[in-house]
Amino acid sequence: MASHPRHLRKQLVVVGHGMVGHRFVESAISRGLTETYDITVIGEEPRPAYDRVALTSFFEVGAQALSFLPSGRYDDPRVTLRVNTEVVAVSPRQRIVTLASGEDLHYDELVLATGAAPFVPPVPGHDLENCFVYRTIEDLEAIRDAAKKAGKSGVGAVIGGGLLGLEAANALHQLGLETHVVELAPRLMAVQVDDIGGKTLSRHIDSLGLTVHTGAMTEAVLGDKKGRVDRLALKDRNPLDVDIVVFSAGIRPRDALARAAGLDVAERGGVLVDESLRSSDEHIWAIGECAAVGGMMYGLVAPGYDMAEIVVDRLLGGEGSFTGADMSTKLKLLGVDVASFGDAHGQTEGALELTYQDAVSGVYKKLVISEDGKRLLGGVLVGDAAAYGILRPMVASGMELPANPEELILPTSRGGLEMDLPDDMQVCSCNDVTKGEIKEAVSDEATLNDGGPCVDAACVTAHTRAGATCGSCKVVVKKIVEDHFAATGKEVDRSLCQHFRMTRQELFDVVAVHGYTRFDDIIEGHGTGRGCDICKPAVASILASLLNHHVLEPGNRQLQDTNDAYLANIQRNGTYSVVPRIPGGEITPDKLIAIGEVARDFGLYTKITGGQRIDLFGARMEDLPAIWKRLVDAGMESGHAYGKSLRTVKSCVGSTWCRYGVQDSVGLAIELELRYRGLRSPHKLKGGVSGCARECAEARSKDFGIIATEKGWNLYVCGNGGAIPAHAQLLAGDLDKDTLIQYLDRFLMYYIRTADRLQRTSYWMDSIDGGLDRIREIVVDDALGLGAELEAAMDKHVESYFDEWKATIEDPEKMARFVSFVNAPGVPDPNISFRDERGQIAPADNEGPVALGPTIPVGAPR
Amino acid sequence: MTVNTETTYEVVCRLDQIEREGGVTALVGGEAVAVIRTFDDQVHALSNYDPYSRASVLARGIVGTRTVDGEDVPFVASPMHKQAFDLRTGQCLDDPTVTVATYDVRVVDGVVEVGPRRA
Repeated sequence: MASHPRHLRKQLVVVGHGMVGHRFVESAISRGLTETYDITVIGEEPRPAYDRVALTSFFEVGAQALSFLPSGRYDDPRVTLRVNTEVVAVSPRQRIVTLASGEDLHYDELVLATGAAPFVPPVPGHDLENCFVYRTIEDLEAIRDAAKKAGKSGVGAVIGGGLLGLEAANALHQLGLETHVVELAPRLMAVQVDDIGGKTLSRHIDSLGLTVHTGAMTEAVLGDKKGRVDRLALKDRNPLDVDIVVFSAGIRPRDALARAAGLDVAERGGVLVDESLRSSDEHIWAIGECAAVGGMMYGLVAPGYDMAEIVVDRLLGGEGSFTGADMSTKLKLLGVDVASFGDAHGQTEGALELTYQDAVSGVYKKLVISEDGKRLLGGVLVGDAAAYGILRPMVASGMELPANPEELILPTSRGGLEMDLPDDMQVCSCNDVTKGEIKEAVSDEATLNDGGPCVDAACVTAHTRAGATCGSCKVVVKKIVEDHFAATGKEVDRSLCQHFRMTRQELFDVVAVHGYTRFDDIIEGHGTGRGCDICKPAVASILASLLNHHVLEPGNRQLQDTNDAYLANIQRNGTYSVVPRIPGGEITPDKLIAIGEVARDFGLYTKITGGQRIDLFGARMEDLPAIWKRLVDAGMESGHAYGKSLRTVKSCVGSTWCRYGVQDSVGLAIELELRYRGLRSPHKLKGGVSGCARECAEARSKDFGIIATEKGWNLYVCGNGGAIPAHAQLLAGDLDKDTLIQYLDRFLMYYIRTADRLQRTSYWMDSIDGGLDRIREIVVDDALGLGAELEAAMDKHVESYFDEWKATIEDPEKMARFVSFVNAPGVPDPNISFRDERGQIAPADNEGPVALGPTIPVGAPR
Repeated sequence: MTVNTETTYEVVCRLDQIEREGGVTALVGGEAVAVIRTFDDQVHALSNYDPYSRASVLARGIVGTRTVDGEDVPFVASPMHKQAFDLRTGQCLDDPTVTVATYDVRVVDGVVEVGPRRA
């Protein structure tokens, strides 16, 4: 792939493979920097970059789920990643970095992304056994091991009540330790929130059973005889008996390499860089927490990402510069929403404050407003941060406040948000989407939703990405969409079609509650007219999901959509394609030969599908029964390629053969495909199972994807390929097989019951209030108490499964429909003809209807 | 094929061979004709050739009704891309410029007969 011999290509070395270093490499690949540079990334930790912001979820989901690069390598061969490797020196004059092994690497350009290290205050005893910091997965593993040893009555203390300290406290609490938070300042999260906000947060945390000590100074950590942590001595207070201490008293930029190399560093630490992120050496750049831009260090990931993009831009010859960052934050700490944005402390001269406090429910909101009362400068939200999505952009855009700004923070029941935001206001800061762009997506001129405008917020999110990353602006997106439809007088019509004034979910409930089995009863009781090509297949799918009967039963088959109606996939010339099921992609040579013989004998075009099956094209409708007779006799069954139903569960070869595999992915894929085969659903369903983190089965591009771990299986849901690809997201990790199947049963049945017609799982997830978290509550925590019912419904499906093609060819009544002409069953339709392409058939186009000559029947060649 | 000599109607099948809101394809005068039966047992015949997809498929479409100017219009939707055609006139309900040919059709003693193509 390299466009020049290696010695002619420039060498770029990145020191540090954390979140920012990884982002830099990703951007370098996608923006074409690797066309001119070979990149070597050096990471000190034993694993590739992972999501450090979500570190607390490590205990729940495991290291795999946090990883940004589970395969351990980048898709671009011009990038080399070396983990577990330490850089010990940089020589700017020779342009060399030296590794701990003594190896020298030449560079043309060097990017420092070494991040920051936790600051451990120099109190006596800070280095005793069981003193920890909270930064890496290894730190968390060590804390977990110590907590296990401390047992049920173990006590832990976190020194530092800032954002990271509370994350650490959450981790100790999760591990079952009695947890104390010791903070020197008079309140928690002193940087982000004010006094009342800090107190409100303290009350929340107290109520969870943690103990908060503010204004408390740690004098020493005292050890027992074995040199292990035993007590924490606090100034002017009683000491605490503790087993574990975690220091989280801030971070310091890791600038030692730069200092030793003679680069300029900032007064308070950090590699001093200018707005282009260039250090005092013109070939050395610094990004992320190790960089001090004009002397200022940024301890959040978003500015680090910005810096990474800017250096890529500069190396490509661009003019990008870093001019500061929005330090606003919104997070959920121990289940409490906390947000801080703009001038949260009212430091602007003459700033006014507007506060709302509800001590009973633990909600505190503060707005900082300019002296003239016209502009929002910043604010603090604790306990309810729903307004963050609208308030943060108001600060950023400097728009004028409404006449009644208090409405912005009052509970919605007392007024709520009624205001007109300007079109150029950025609503989604993660993906830079303005209000104007959201309105465009729903305007009549829009063409992104099947050629028309979006009709709901979920569609807008899918197409514009607004709300797709952190989700904090979703409420605003929804409001803008609703306001738009209200203003244009268009009622947001959720009706299935003109015959049913209800959604698919409502219709599903109606059919289930009444126990209907016939379309005629349903439309008579709940609809108007005689139905159409939208509601009939929808009803057919609902009936199939509920009853699992044959879709070609009399009275039922006229409801079926094109492909279901003949149990095959119609192609452009009116012929069909045939796909036998090949569970998990595993097939015996005998079956493979049988498929080949059928294709040869019926003259069918043959192609391998993306779902690890074989598709046979060009079958005339009247030949389908004979083709299937042969396939059924050879031991095969319908692959349901024609249905809105389970298609395939794709697999890699797994631990049986692969030297990397850790679990039997083929075995699981077959078991799942056989379990869910024939399951009718609102849209097609695909699954995948990978036998290790290399993910060769591409499981995360499926509606449900399973990836093997050393301990079991990780379950990902709601992914898809297609026009708007979506990666499946982790629902639960390290599951044993029984639990995995239980969760999948619940997930699939809940989707089938509640999704809209033709709504794929990713859209469905976006349309649910609470998204993936809500799905997890329902599927994993069984928050609605539906678990047993959903599992029973799936059991019923599994028990009542039968091969619908076998049932069809055994029933003369069903077979009667498979004729070319009702009055000339032996005559092939003259409209169908074929040409030759690469040794197989291909459809030949006709300009108009083709009539059969009175004397010469011109049947198409077989 | 039996040709009824006094008129130009061709017998295609018994009425009960066509399902309610279903269709069959018949070979009439060498051409593929979709013969469709509605819920109220009306029978309609139109060219089986879908002018949009250029395939001979209309008899395999879903049959229903659509409200147009307050009237319930019986239609068949092409199984290819779902354009709807008025069963009585062949008029495409989604595009006034497109029409498919229709045929005279009658039911005599439970037997469906298709006549000449209408002008």
